[in-house]
Amino acid sequence: MITQYVLFVVVLVVLAFTIDWPKIQETFFDFKATREMYPDLFTVALKNTVIYTVSAYVVGFVLGLVVALMRLSSVALYRWVALLFVEIFRGLPALLTLLIIGFGLPVALGGPVPGGTVGAVAVGLGLVAAAYMAETFRAGIQAVPRGQMEAARSLGMSYPRAMFSIVIPQGLRIIIPPLTNELVLLFKDSSLVSALGIAAAGVELTKMGSDFAINTADATPFVVAGASYLIITVPLGIVVRRLEARQAKAR
Amino acid sequence: MTHMVEIRDLHKSFGSLEVLKGIDFTVDRGQVICVIGPSGSGKSTLLRCVNLLETPTKGQVFVEGLELTHPDVDIDAARRRVGMVFQQFNLFPHLTVLDNITIAQRRVLKRGKAEAVRVAEENLAKVGLEGKGRSYPAQLSGGQQQRVAIARALAMDPDLMLFDEPTSALDPELVGDVLAVMRQLADEGMTMIVVTHEMAFARDVADRVVFMDGGVIVEEGSPDRVIGAPEHPRTQTFLRRVLDPTHAEPDELDTGHPHRGLTGEESPDMVKGPSRHGGEGAGAGGVGAL
Ligand SMILES: Nc1ncnc2c1ncn2[C@@H]1O[C@H](COP(=O)(O)OP(=O)(O)OP(=O)(O)O)[C@@H](O)[C@H]1O
Ligand SMILES: [Mg+2]
Repeated sequence: MITQYVLFVVVLVVLAFTIDWPKIQETFFDFKATREMYPDLFTVALKNTVIYTVSAYVVGFVLGLVVALMRLSSVALYRWVALLFVEIFRGLPALLTLLIIGFGLPVALGGPVPGGTVGAVAVGLGLVAAAYMAETFRAGIQAVPRGQMEAARSLGMSYPRAMFSIVIPQGLRIIIPPLTNELVLLFKDSSLVSALGIAAAGVELTKMGSDFAINTADATPFVVAGASYLIITVPLGIVVRRLEARQAKAR
Repeated sequence: MTHMVEIRDLHKSFGSLEVLKGIDFTVDRGQVICVIGPSGSGKSTLLRCVNLLETPTKGQVFVEGLELTHPDVDIDAARRRVGMVFQQFNLFPHLTVLDNITIAQRRVLKRGKAEAVRVAEENLAKVGLEGKGRSYPAQLSGGQQQRVAIARALAMDPDLMLFDEPTSALDPELVGDVLAVMRQLADEGMTMIVVTHEMAFARDVADRVVFMDGGVIVEEGSPDRVIGAPEHPRTQTFLRRVLDPTHAEPDELDTGHPHRGLTGEESPDMVKGPSRHGGEGAGAGGVGAL
């Protein structure tokens, strides 16, 4: 125990004397030059980040549920298509999927995507999120005891009715932590949108950070953007851990 | 007159394991049939074929003259007339007792909320649980949960009730309440098929007792005959063990052979006592298509 503390102090001391602190501060924490980032940082960039995240999450949630149900279908073709979907969109880099949709969809549609950048992002990142969420949904549904479906069917409910009224509500409770975690992941992945050519009104946190970094010629705008992500991701992470702890206790 | 239930040459296999090997069997309106037999003999499978929770491999099942095994049958509609009570209760844990009893009335029978609640409360009173509507299943004892499950099935106004070892998962002191409710149902003229190890109940309440072993019906008849004076040696062995579990003969002990049905030997828990079967139902995994 003692040695671990001693080691920690030694490392701190070494760092304190070897690092050029003024230089560090000038590069990463020169907040005077970032005044111009406000209030757009929150009113535009953070807002857009949230919009991209939420719209992709909604697409991922709905599509993921559909794919999960297909994975559990008694029809082999559905199972097969769903598996293919999951493997493809989990296997591709999210950035590549986003680029394919962002650049490809307007060409394929012969015009702008409905919803503009938001529409393209919702589809592009939504497809990736759907692939991950489908597996989460499937696990949740399968964790519900078989007797629940049987009881519902024996009361005359159809398979879809029993699924949506009885099985899915119970399965969802089990998977709230991983579903919340997916929201955190998507929130961070929304930074990939900066790789699409987006109009000023559509700027999100990472794009804003890099635009300002070019102006100020230091990395402070990135730090500011990063802090803005943390405002959202850290509390969500705490929520996920609380939920997981509560479920572990309930077992 | 058509029978309430008619089963013709029913076969059911799981993979290469043939669990039901040709069952013929009828139940008339108002009758109470008790199905007894050793563990693994196919009792649950037979019951589950009556409302098509299991799809028969071969043979026909008729309920009130409607062939459930016909490919064109509307199975959801047919199941509405058949209530089922499970060993593990299978209440919906995310819903209150009242919602457990109203959800199918509302979604399936399209009853209005007021009517569904009224029917639910009537049936809760019937099973001796008035005022428990706002509880969640986890807040109730096993015996209370099973009575809620009975009320839930009754709320659909079934013509036929299936019970699969409804008291086997209960603590002994809670068994009586559930059996009392079932006895009352029988007195009211409900048609019932009951898989049970409660011989006293079978003797008192059943119009006919069916003894199954190894996927076939070995013996059936009045309770006095089948339980009181069984003819077939397999029935005799089974009853001796169930009625007096402490006196199993050494040469009758379970050999541990996985498929015991044919030899008339029962599982170890049968040797220890008739109730408390582990078994089907609660296993996680696989909400397949039904
Ligand atoms: N879904 C299934 N898949 C494979 N085998 C099964 C399945 N359901 C039942 N079986 C097998 O069929 C046989 C009969 O089972 P069943 O549940 O009908 O017996 P039971 O008479 O109800 O026994 P118990 O008194 O233990 O409930 C057993 O060997 C069981 O393992
Ligand atoms: Mg059984």
